[in-house]
Amino acid sequence: MKSKYWREGEPFVWGSGAALALILLLILTLLVVIFKNGLGVFWVSPLSHLEMQDGSKLMGEVVQSSVMSMRDEPRSQLKIANRDLYSLDFKWVSDKDIKQVTYPQDAILIERQEYGNFVGFLSSVTLLNQPSLPSGEYATLLAGLDDLKANMPELEAVKSQISDLNYRVESLDHKLAKLRFRGEEQGDDFQQLTMQKELLQTEFQTLVTTLNVLQARLMQNTARFTDASGTMLTIPLSAMVRVYKPNNLSFFAKVSLYLQKTRELFFDEPRESNTEGGLFPAIFGTVLLIIIMAIFSFPLGVIAGVYLREYARDGFMVRLVRIAVNNLAGIPSIVYGIFGLAFFIYGIGSSIDQIFFPAQLPAPTFGTGGILWASLTLGLLTIPVVIVSTEEALGAIPGGLRESSYALGATKFQTLTRILIPLASPGIMTGFILAMARAAGEVAPLMITGVVKLAPSLALDGQYPFFHLNRKFMHLGFHIYDIGFQSPNVEAAKPMVFVTTLLLIGIVIALASTAIFMRNRMKKKFAIAD
Amino acid sequence: MKNDNRNAIIAIEDSIVQVRDLNLFYGTSQALFNLNFDIPRNKVTALIGPSGCGKSTFIRCINRMNDLVDSVNINGSIQLDQQDIFDKSVDVIDLRRKIGMVFQKSNPFPKSIYENVIYGLRIGGVTEKPVLEEAAEVSLKRSALWDEVKDRLHDSAMGLSGGQMQRLCIARAIAVSPDIILMDEPCSALDPRSTAHIEELIRELNGEYTIIIVTHNMQQASRVSDLTAFLYEGELIEFGKTTDLFTVPVKKATEDYITGRFG
Ligand SMILES: Nc1ncnc2c1ncn2[C@@H]1O[C@H](COP(=O)(O)OP(=O)(O)OP(=O)(O)O)[C@@H](O)[C@H]1O
Ligand SMILES: [Mg+2]
Repeated sequence: MKSKYWREGEPFVWGSGAALALILLLILTLLVVIFKNGLGVFWVSPLSHLEMQDGSKLMGEVVQSSVMSMRDEPRSQLKIANRDLYSLDFKWVSDKDIKQVTYPQDAILIERQEYGNFVGFLSSVTLLNQPSLPSGEYATLLAGLDDLKANMPELEAVKSQISDLNYRVESLDHKLAKLRFRGEEQGDDFQQLTMQKELLQTEFQTLVTTLNVLQARLMQNTARFTDASGTMLTIPLSAMVRVYKPNNLSFFAKVSLYLQKTRELFFDEPRESNTEGGLFPAIFGTVLLIIIMAIFSFPLGVIAGVYLREYARDGFMVRLVRIAVNNLAGIPSIVYGIFGLAFFIYGIGSSIDQIFFPAQLPAPTFGTGGILWASLTLGLLTIPVVIVSTEEALGAIPGGLRESSYALGATKFQTLTRILIPLASPGIMTGFILAMARAAGEVAPLMITGVVKLAPSLALDGQYPFFHLNRKFMHLGFHIYDIGFQSPNVEAAKPMVFVTTLLLIGIVIALASTAIFMRNRMKKKFAIAD
Repeated sequence: MKNDNRNAIIAIEDSIVQVRDLNLFYGTSQALFNLNFDIPRNKVTALIGPSGCGKSTFIRCINRMNDLVDSVNINGSIQLDQQDIFDKSVDVIDLRRKIGMVFQKSNPFPKSIYENVIYGLRIGGVTEKPVLEEAAEVSLKRSALWDEVKDRLHDSAMGLSGGQMQRLCIARAIAVSPDIILMDEPCSALDPRSTAHIEELIRELNGEYTIIIVTHNMQQASRVSDLTAFLYEGELIEFGKTTDLFTVPVKKATEDYITGRFG
């Protein structure tokens, strides 16, 4: 009996089943944690107003509850916000110290440009040049914010004009530097450019004045609030991002807020050293990085794989190359980063600067980290995966198909393009998917090839020549590291870490499922009979 | 050199292929020994012999498929229309367009039936749609597949049965109008009905194409071929009219083989 049990390998079946279950469990736990925390961030939670035994009052949202192991006491963490008043956003309170908990209907939450959220109560609103005021302070506040929003486009227009001017002055500077470099400081061109620059600078001054006036006017609209313990605080309306009463929201209002915040996440710039606001530049940077990486590495990898499998004579050299390629995939990514820094940035980038932008030196143009170099570095990192999968996909094609094609008078190239590549494409796609997923998740090599905490401008925008691949960029993976571990207020950044992680996973899944969808269509199209 | 095979050249008035002193080596091991024979034009010639005797190796010489195997070394000559196919001036692509080949394992491309048939024409640079459609229809009719597939020409060829696939491969070979069609055990993976179908087809093509067919099935050889060559351990043992070879074999080895005493 026992020998049969062992002979049929029953324990191994159980063992492998258990191993698989364990792995699935780990992955599932990870996903559940990320999804639960990430998806919940934008859902409005109620503000609890706590009256303590000692008479003090606190207000905030309960973030988590736990039992303190030492004294066996339940306690809760409260996000009390109001960083400008209390200097800390979070506070632990022991449940036995609480006398009473209420959820006041008129408690108000303000998302601000600075100092994080404010929670408290509205007392009065001061609006200048607002002829017809609605009744009620809260309605007045909302009306003031609407008015502000209506003024926003004007402000934005001035700001974008300023940044345009900046860019133009900068390119004039480049031209001037070039002329100076050639020693043509006395030439007509130089004089003309200098005049142009002066014109631009006066224009610039007027714009800045306009901006200041606008901003000062907006600053005059303010509202006064009290916090839970009665401290007064005046906040200008222009510092407010969003105002609502968390305890007085219908379900639909909450849903709508949730959607608003999600929209903001996707399309807005970050605020407050990245712990609040949107992730648009980081999403943009991540996707653009992967796209440039793909443009560089996929064709090259496929061509190399095709060469190795179909053209190179199988000999010592080819085997050596194959081993080398396989091992390349195992090199730590930071090493690629260092290589990228040395080869692309210091090597190629500096040479480009010397040849094409000598006038700007010593300020580097391409000789410093940028999205192009980071993409190329990631490309190097992923090329082995593409090569190996291309080779394997070609190798898996039955020899008979190849021979039939040759027997019909096809050349090697025709056989490749008409039979082999289409047939291998699902396998090659698998390589792409793996490469993309790997590239999207890499952070280490980016940190030395051009990723930044906050990029002033995108690598692709409306300013000629549209692509600015030498620019620095933001990246979701780096964002996670930065706000999770480098931010001054880690606790406040925690929700954002989860959201960013969720987003990064989302992007990887979206890219991968597009690729998988395409692969399945190819598979169906090029299925081989056996 | 074992024995001299010249006696195998029988009088053939109109031969399309002349094999002279053909030796083939895979690396150092010799697979074909001093082959000499003529293959008649527009007739069916069968190659029989025990497994590993070099039948496939031989027919792959005729369209130079052995070029694809690195280790192969060939000496001697094969004349096709008075031209040595191993000559440097011969373009192997042109040669293969003149010689169709059907393999043991049917291997249609993972494309539509239509695209399969016209593959040879397409890679030859034919782009006119009417020409392609005409060629597809003619070759599918020739290979007795037309009625079965005419309504689904643009469906994938992978949906065909094994026998239909093999006929599609024959149609594909016919479409480029070759002079010679090589068939390497075309029926060995098929059921008796499909086999009968293909044999019927071969008989129909007889007279229009020169067909060289490798088979392990004596009955098949005697049913479809005009001449039969018996190969044994890389040598041509006997070559003659099929009726003669199967009824009054000259060599003892041939008799042993066809009566099933070995092989
Ligand atoms: N690519 C190759 N490399 C080395 N030797 C080979 C190769 N192909 C065939 N041979 C050898 O050449 C000899 C003839 O093989 P071939 O395939 O021509 O036999 P065959 O008559 O077609 O046999 P079967 O009836 O089994 O198909 C065999 O001994 C075989 O081992
Ligand atoms: Mg064979």
